[in-house]
Amino acid sequence: MIHARFDLSYPGFALHADLQVHAHGVTALFGPSGSGKTTLLRCIAGLERTANGLLQVKGEVWQDGANFLPVHRRPLGYVFQEASLFPHLSVRRNLEYGLKRIPPVQRKVQLEQVVEWLGLNKLIGRDSPAGLSGGERQRVAIARALLTSPRLLLMDEPLSALDAASKHEIMPYLERLHGELDIPVIYVSHALDEVARLADQLVLMEQGRVIASGALNEILGRLDLPTAHLDDAGAVIEASVAAHDEKYHLTRLDFSGGSLWVSKVERAIGSMVRARVLARDVSIATAAPQGSSISNILEARIDRIQDEGPDRVSLRMTVGSGQILLSRITRRSRDQLNLAIGMEVFAQVKSVALIA
Amino acid sequence: MESAFSSADLSAIWLTFKLAAVVTVILLLVGTPIAWWLARTRSWWKGPVGAVVALPIVLPPTVIGFYLLVAMGPNGPLGHLTQALGIGLLPFTFAGLVIASVFYSLPFVVQPLQNAFEAIPERALETAATLRASASDTFFSVALPLAKPGLLTASVLGFAHTVGEFGVVLMIGGNIPDKTRVVSVQIYDHVEAMEYAAAHWLSAGMVVFAFVVLLLLYTFNPTGKRK
Repeated sequence: MIHARFDLSYPGFALHADLQVHAHGVTALFGPSGSGKTTLLRCIAGLERTANGLLQVKGEVWQDGANFLPVHRRPLGYVFQEASLFPHLSVRRNLEYGLKRIPPVQRKVQLEQVVEWLGLNKLIGRDSPAGLSGGERQRVAIARALLTSPRLLLMDEPLSALDAASKHEIMPYLERLHGELDIPVIYVSHALDEVARLADQLVLMEQGRVIASGALNEILGRLDLPTAHLDDAGAVIEASVAAHDEKYHLTRLDFSGGSLWVSKVERAIGSMVRARVLARDVSIATAAPQGSSISNILEARIDRIQDEGPDRVSLRMTVGSGQILLSRITRRSRDQLNLAIGMEVFAQVKSVALIA
Repeated sequence: MESAFSSADLSAIWLTFKLAAVVTVILLLVGTPIAWWLARTRSWWKGPVGAVVALPIVLPPTVIGFYLLVAMGPNGPLGHLTQALGIGLLPFTFAGLVIASVFYSLPFVVQPLQNAFEAIPERALETAATLRASASDTFFSVALPLAKPGLLTASVLGFAHTVGEFGVVLMIGGNIPDKTRVVSVQIYDHVEAMEYAAAHWLSAGMVVFAFVVLLLLYTFNPTGKRK
């Protein structure tokens, strides 16, 4: 477990965060700007010093009352929003900066290995980081942090300073780290699509406080949280690749509540994927639809209905044994269909985004 | 023409360079920590210390020389100290000249260094800390290399400014051949003695030296602005 508790105030801002999360997988700190995500991350790193802080990582105390482990003694990696490469060092020397500063016995990863993971073979020979693109710089920064063999990796919106193309370029590397590396990651983001792709656990922050934390699915499925009001609110489904239809170029994904057909993905049968179904892409029918072009229709039971502004409502449904699905429909549709909690309905999924 | 410079001139030139070199080394050692502190501190003392360091820029050299002379004299605090240590008195010695020149040229070393240190983003130092570098490690592996242009400017200005001093030397060092008679004083002597040709050679030499040094500095030193 990671247990963090910090109180910090500046003029115009106060952080009162108390957080307990599992020390494996990716934990996303999500919230609007000014909600204290970055400040909390900096407290965890020791970059902000608080008088009354508590930080335990896997049973080790990094900060507690008067004890404060200085930043350079904490076995962590930190990736800043901007890559912050050292301009006076070559790419290789940037990568080696942290590596050289940890004792050889603590080195769990080799330089070559990390260079391979992040696709830096062509960049490592550069004399200076000056000519690198934004995405390349950030990949070097991530590799540099990983080379200190951290026991906790902190990432502060590593994609937010990048253009769409660089984001697209770097995402697969982050997903691969998620899959291959057994380092807990705390990832700050204000982009829900990023969080949905990468995170296992989600921590929601608002005005310097942690307002909810838990498994990604569980938090995204809650209608009482601000995430449900976002335009791109939706559910995440972990599914396995079950079959490919070569004729129509489709792939069937199976999950606990049924199956979904998506455009063909080049993945082996049995491999796990993550799909995202936005609430606005799910419509409701009370009888099995006939003659519909929508091929993904799931039987679902409504467990919650909530008003979403003057004209819309959000529905939360359970599909099969516990998979959550959200839907956003008009208030008029709800009344015309007489939708109520406990009703069995057919959820028509207009679009599924395969995100990992 | 036999030689443009007399042996007294050459001795003064050698002494000037020796003085400037020793003073520059001391200034870098003393000025770097002061500049680092001034660049990073949030202490109330930043203003007063910065002002004291900058005083030689505005004060007449004779004023600085006068007070240093008093301080180093038999009844001054520095004089008491040096006498108690068995070193004797510093005025009219090379060591006294070095100390006076360090005070006199301090701002020319501290200010470029301070500007260079202030231009280093806090983020670079934080990044180093997250990569396991202690504060002193960060200073030597990140701050100093990033401040290299400032370091070069500081060295050149400190050296050149010491070469060019006159008033302080006259107050503290007097005019003792081979010990305290530097080029600027030698020129003064030549002019006093109506030896205009000799004064010309030394003066023109100073002009050329100053021009070349500054030209090299402005041409080859990368400005601190980099992306």
